[in-house]
Amino acid sequence: MPSVLILGATSAIARAIAAEFARHRSELILAARDAEELTALAADLNLRYGVKTQAQCLDVLDPAAVETSLPACLAAAGETLTGVVLCVGTMGDEEAARANQAEAERILNTNFTGCVLALNVVANHFEKRKRGFICALSSVAGDRGRQSNYLYGSAKAGLSAYLQGLRNRLFRSGVRVITIKPGFVDTSMTFGRPGLFLLASPEAIARGVYKAINSGKDVVYLPWFWRWIMLVIRLVPEGIFKRLRL
Amino acid sequence: MIVSGINSVTTPLAGWGRYPIEPCHLFRPERRRELAAILASGAQRDYISRGLGRSYGDAALNRESGVISHLRLNRFLAFDPETGVLECEAGVSFAEILQYFLPRGFFLPVTPGTRFVTVGGAIAADVHGKNHHRDGTVANFIKDFKLLTPGGEILVCSPASHSEIFWATFGGMGLTGVIVSARLALRRVESAYVFVDYQKTRNFEEAIGIMGESDRQYQYSVAWIDCLATGASLGRAILMRGNHAPAAQLPKRLRDPLAAPSHREWNLPINLPGLALNSLTVGAFNALFYAAHRNTTQQLVDFEKFFFLLDAIHNWNRLYGKRGFVQYQFALPPESGRDGLAAILERLARSRRSSFLGVLKCFGDANPGLLSFPIRGYTLALDLPADRGLKPFLQELDQLALRYGGRVYLAKDATLSAETFAAMYPQLERFRALKRQLDPKGVLASSLARRVKLVES
Repeated sequence: MPSVLILGATSAIARAIAAEFARHRSELILAARDAEELTALAADLNLRYGVKTQAQCLDVLDPAAVETSLPACLAAAGETLTGVVLCVGTMGDEEAARANQAEAERILNTNFTGCVLALNVVANHFEKRKRGFICALSSVAGDRGRQSNYLYGSAKAGLSAYLQGLRNRLFRSGVRVITIKPGFVDTSMTFGRPGLFLLASPEAIARGVYKAINSGKDVVYLPWFWRWIMLVIRLVPEGIFKRLRL
Repeated sequence: MIVSGINSVTTPLAGWGRYPIEPCHLFRPERRRELAAILASGAQRDYISRGLGRSYGDAALNRESGVISHLRLNRFLAFDPETGVLECEAGVSFAEILQYFLPRGFFLPVTPGTRFVTVGGAIAADVHGKNHHRDGTVANFIKDFKLLTPGGEILVCSPASHSEIFWATFGGMGLTGVIVSARLALRRVESAYVFVDYQKTRNFEEAIGIMGESDRQYQYSVAWIDCLATGASLGRAILMRGNHAPAAQLPKRLRDPLAAPSHREWNLPINLPGLALNSLTVGAFNALFYAAHRNTTQQLVDFEKFFFLLDAIHNWNRLYGKRGFVQYQFALPPESGRDGLAAILERLARSRRSSFLGVLKCFGDANPGLLSFPIRGYTLALDLPADRGLKPFLQELDQLALRYGGRVYLAKDATLSAETFAAMYPQLERFRALKRQLDPKGVLASSLARRVKLVES
């Protein structure tokens, strides 16, 4: 049976993506740092869908763990591993991060540096095998910086650019790289925040992710209409954009 | 720094009756440890857990204060196919259990008339079903549960360990602690079908006579009552009683005995105008319903139709329009049940308050749950639109129920007064004492709890 490794597996979107793969008869290797949640999640997916699930306690933000545990994890997954989905990310407290450097650093590390270091390891693994897919959750927030979440947004912009380059590099090895840019999703990341609209369910995003991985697409906005919303937002001239309260 | 899961949304919430509607601060944790973090955060005055919001009144409301949704804490944790014991988080719904375990030959041991309830809610309300006369409430099938106490401790409660808290939690409406997970013994079944006998009776007396005689032969027994009929037809009823169908007795065309046919689902997208339901339209509906049934036996009915008739119509509560409705359910002891039912049915019929069919059932023995609703005798549930004059009318019914030694079901109630409640539940003081001991700071409270003075306010 094919298997998929999910990094940052305990978020609501990751759970839905894992369920979508399990529904399609894929075994799961779930990696995250929160052992208690991971155990519950692995048991749940196994009981619902009857596929083998394996919990791997791994802190993607710990460079040492990424260098030692992640390759071991990939090697242990063996030949059946078809791909990796990276769901690591945090909204953080943008407001606090203006003064609190530690929070700023945490936002950048979680959404960019940590992801990139982990994906480096994943990329080398798949490049050698000359097949597989690497799918990562970026965000529409990376398409244009705005005052309410530009730390998060700039990290996601960096991640999107990294994925672009990686896709270019791995093309020759036959490894696919898929960038997912979700809009607002109904998870704890957005729950209770004002000014959100068109909230999508994690399940809807998960179906879109599965479809994107199994189609030939490179960059996918989820739900689809965000591509057009972001197109409009990107077209606003900077001279006007800087005056807006967004 | 914003701790995930501690964010809350201020939003109007209501129970299934959509009366009352109150502004609450809703939390929706996605990680289990966030439950304790919310309780300890001091973000709100107090908190009450909420599942799918199918209690009818204000049990899962907390006006201007904290409500914790468990809908993202809904994971299956373990299952033993030998014993049928399922361990799951409190946010798991009965619908999910059926979806994933009926195909493996397991059914809910006890279920209310909707599968859109959570395990946590089922425990808190100590729900019963059509099999109470045989199997009692859901409490009989809960091996144990993990309770997060208001003080932040996790207790594993079972009839053997922390038994006092165990029995205070069944019917305790979420006030003894936050139910985190539970181990529930599922029932092994051979099919998704029930063989049902239908029997029409001229009035309720005939109905309870027949039920008293022969309910023992049926795992499930319930009667639909026309609450608008009067005189010699007072409480005319259709008995619907059945047993799980053995696979061997199913017709050959049903290839998979554990798969129920898929039903068309309906949705009521908008509120009906308040006038749509009046004593004329409802009386006509009830008469039609009564006329449409014949005495038949051994009818093969799939579980959805038998157990969850209204689940096929999403948002059926909009039938009652914007004003909402109240579901009223009371239980009466056997000695005075006949007289009590007669008095209440007469009062109902006389009021011309339009109620769709009421549901009548014979209860088996009560359990040790301090605030558990079912007592041996009879129970009747009915819907009443929440229009003007309903409150005094319900208070009149409360007094009637009380006079005949009866009680009202908190999970459905929206109007009971603290005095009447105290007179109906003799173990209330023990519950209050335990609550004070478990929750000296009053971390857990709800609008219901304040209304009937389960907590000091």
